[in-house]
Amino acid sequence: MDRKDKQLRKDIAAGPARSVLLAGVGGQGILRASDILCRVIMEAGLDVKKSEVHGMAQRGGCVTSHVRYGQKVYSPIERKGNVDILLAFEKLEALRYLDYLKPSGRIIVNETEIYPPAVNLGTMPYPDNAVALIRQGFSTVKVIKARDLAAAAGNIRAENTVLLGALSPWLDFAPDLWERVLKESFPTRTLDANRQAFHLGRDYREGEGGG
Amino acid sequence: MKLLMSGNEAIARGAYECGVSFGAGYPGTPSTEILEEFSKYEGVYAEWAPNEKVALEVGIGAAVAGAKALVTMKHVGVNVAADPLFTVSYTGTNGALVIITADDPSLHSSQNEQDNRNYAKFAKLPMLEPADSDEARRFVRIAFEMSAAFDTPVFLRSTTRVSHSKSVVVAETPVPLEERRELRIDPAKYVMVPAMARMRRVEVEKRLRALRAFAETFPENRMEIRNGEAGIITAGMPYNYAKDVLPDCSYLKLGLVHPLPERLIRKFAASVKKLYVIEELDPFLEEQIRAMGIEVTGKELFPYTNEFDPGVIAGAMGLKTDASIKPPEVVIPPRPPNLCPGCPHRGLFHVLGKLKATFVAGDIGCYTLAFMKPLAGLHSCICMGASIGMAHGMSKALGEKGRGKVVGVIGDSTFLHSGITPLLNLAYNQGEAVIVICDNRTTAMTGMQEHPATGYTLQGTKTKEVDFQALATVLGIDSVREIDPYDLKNTRTVMKEELARGGSSLVVSRRSCVLFKRHSPETRKPLRVNANKCIGCRNCLDLGCPPIAWRSFKDRPAHEIVKNAKKQDGNSYIDADSCTGCTLCQQVCKVGAIEEVE
Repeated sequence: MDRKDKQLRKDIAAGPARSVLLAGVGGQGILRASDILCRVIMEAGLDVKKSEVHGMAQRGGCVTSHVRYGQKVYSPIERKGNVDILLAFEKLEALRYLDYLKPSGRIIVNETEIYPPAVNLGTMPYPDNAVALIRQGFSTVKVIKARDLAAAAGNIRAENTVLLGALSPWLDFAPDLWERVLKESFPTRTLDANRQAFHLGRDYREGEGGG
Repeated sequence: MKLLMSGNEAIARGAYECGVSFGAGYPGTPSTEILEEFSKYEGVYAEWAPNEKVALEVGIGAAVAGAKALVTMKHVGVNVAADPLFTVSYTGTNGALVIITADDPSLHSSQNEQDNRNYAKFAKLPMLEPADSDEARRFVRIAFEMSAAFDTPVFLRSTTRVSHSKSVVVAETPVPLEERRELRIDPAKYVMVPAMARMRRVEVEKRLRALRAFAETFPENRMEIRNGEAGIITAGMPYNYAKDVLPDCSYLKLGLVHPLPERLIRKFAASVKKLYVIEELDPFLEEQIRAMGIEVTGKELFPYTNEFDPGVIAGAMGLKTDASIKPPEVVIPPRPPNLCPGCPHRGLFHVLGKLKATFVAGDIGCYTLAFMKPLAGLHSCICMGASIGMAHGMSKALGEKGRGKVVGVIGDSTFLHSGITPLLNLAYNQGEAVIVICDNRTTAMTGMQEHPATGYTLQGTKTKEVDFQALATVLGIDSVREIDPYDLKNTRTVMKEELARGGSSLVVSRRSCVLFKRHSPETRKPLRVNANKCIGCRNCLDLGCPPIAWRSFKDRPAHEIVKNAKKQDGNSYIDADSCTGCTLCQQVCKVGAIEEVE
């Protein structure tokens, strides 16, 4: 662990537990992404807890994963109004969980639409101004086309890794720590694509900043 | 060694670390992964039983033979296992027997929200309740030690948030507990006829007294004294929520939630000015503490229903919560769980939903989701196996009025869990109903577990495979048929014929779960809508298939609009990325507008 890491660990440990809320739709790789995030945090020497719900909810329903970390973490779930970062795998799910954020909370939103049944049936519209609505309440919003970047990395299923990459500069953990955990998390067959997906996400800048 | 583990993985790890090598259970969210993870450890034997009652009986047998046995189930599974449970409490266990009950506050994936701490009191058994993964790991070992020391089954209660949250676990090297397996004949202890059960009954009370004394000094019943103003008695996951919101209060955190340490509770109560009990679901601790004559605040403030989180506790305590964000002013369409693209249940329930004036008694599984629109092909869901008994009862009650109008549907795993006896009853008492086994060749809802009709065991050994048709025939069912739910026309024909013929019928609707690769390795070509043919009739949308969406002509540029019918106001669209090519939409399309993607 280098000096920068030690300082970061000290800073985080000094404050209250921080939290990231990952939200999306079953099948988008949310649980895998939050597993990787937790391992990075654990390897950085911090306490970490995460929570999600399996079972019936996973059949095409909303999937969320709460990740909380710090010197000592008690609750694995964060309360509404207290999340630091929302990592939304889908635009509608970003809107659905906005009220979990702190007023100063930051958002990364994947520019993708997965229609729920009511939209498919034509009985309810899919909000066409989701990103604008998000920007209304929050000043730090990063919009990213993770699917395109995953495709560019050679594996459209690596959307979740692109989003982790996009999240990584906001968390300040050392890049080689991410690198190591990624290596341990994927089979050789898909490691290169995922590694590239992570870097494409990490280097992505467009759409960041105030709205 | 530090590992990030879910509560379920940690329970399995804890059992492995203390040398447990025998496990049985039935899958059920949120308990499933415990036995799955346990079964992977070197040198252990673990099996899926057809249901929780059998799993517990298997565990009792193993324990009487001297083994340390782990039995796992979800909260409602304990209802199924309740019969042996209440009597094994009398006999004791010889080796050791630990029963995991995984409760589901908030009903994330269950039909009710029962608080299984009540079972500990009811069956007079000790119950431990961990608050996170590392406690789960440690408490399993304690549970086995208690079971051996007190000759009693021991409950370990988890909840969804403990089972499915991950936290840091400090894994230890396995140190096996002593175990001596041998045949042991002791009728006075294990033959529970009234005369002997009366003797054992006395032993149960003696054991409870000893456990109460144990609880007083049990180190996991832990006092954390901060200040003398407010004290909180709590256990399990709510302890974490409370610690986050109320870090300056004093705590009595109970690791053992039954029996309670009365002297310790009195001591703690005397050390604070105001005493709170923070517990999810029933006022289980609160009522017992109040019965001790101690003044306590609990359910006046805290809800009876749903799981808590730190926000619930802050709200109940009247604390100012952080300025929360106003939700955006937009209607956010709900995203309920749905049958997957290519799900074989969809074809069956499309047919059942269109049968006029027919009651479809449902059961527990993915197919329960077929109650929702647009399929609307299922009309009840009570518990595992209820469909068949209910269909029979309804047919008997309605008599002539119900003839040809009562169907019962049940999954393959659910049928083997508790559908065989009601099917026998249907034949024996000559009910008039058509029972459909939705046989997707696996226990799909909980994540593809093996069962007695899959041909494999939990640990991957090839084994015998139940033949549903032959079974129904020997039970005395009048007519037995098989259908492929991907073939809508034949499914409709067979259902109509069976409903019309009277007597009892069993239809096996057989097609592997689309996510289960053992039986369907081939990939089909995805389908697309040919806009030059689509007349916008919405027949395909009636399937409620996730890749099929309605695209209104409104707001679309003129050059994109192709009208093939007079009043057409839009057309269907299929997302080729998620379409599995099951062809159901092709079969319901009257104009042949749905084609394979080249």
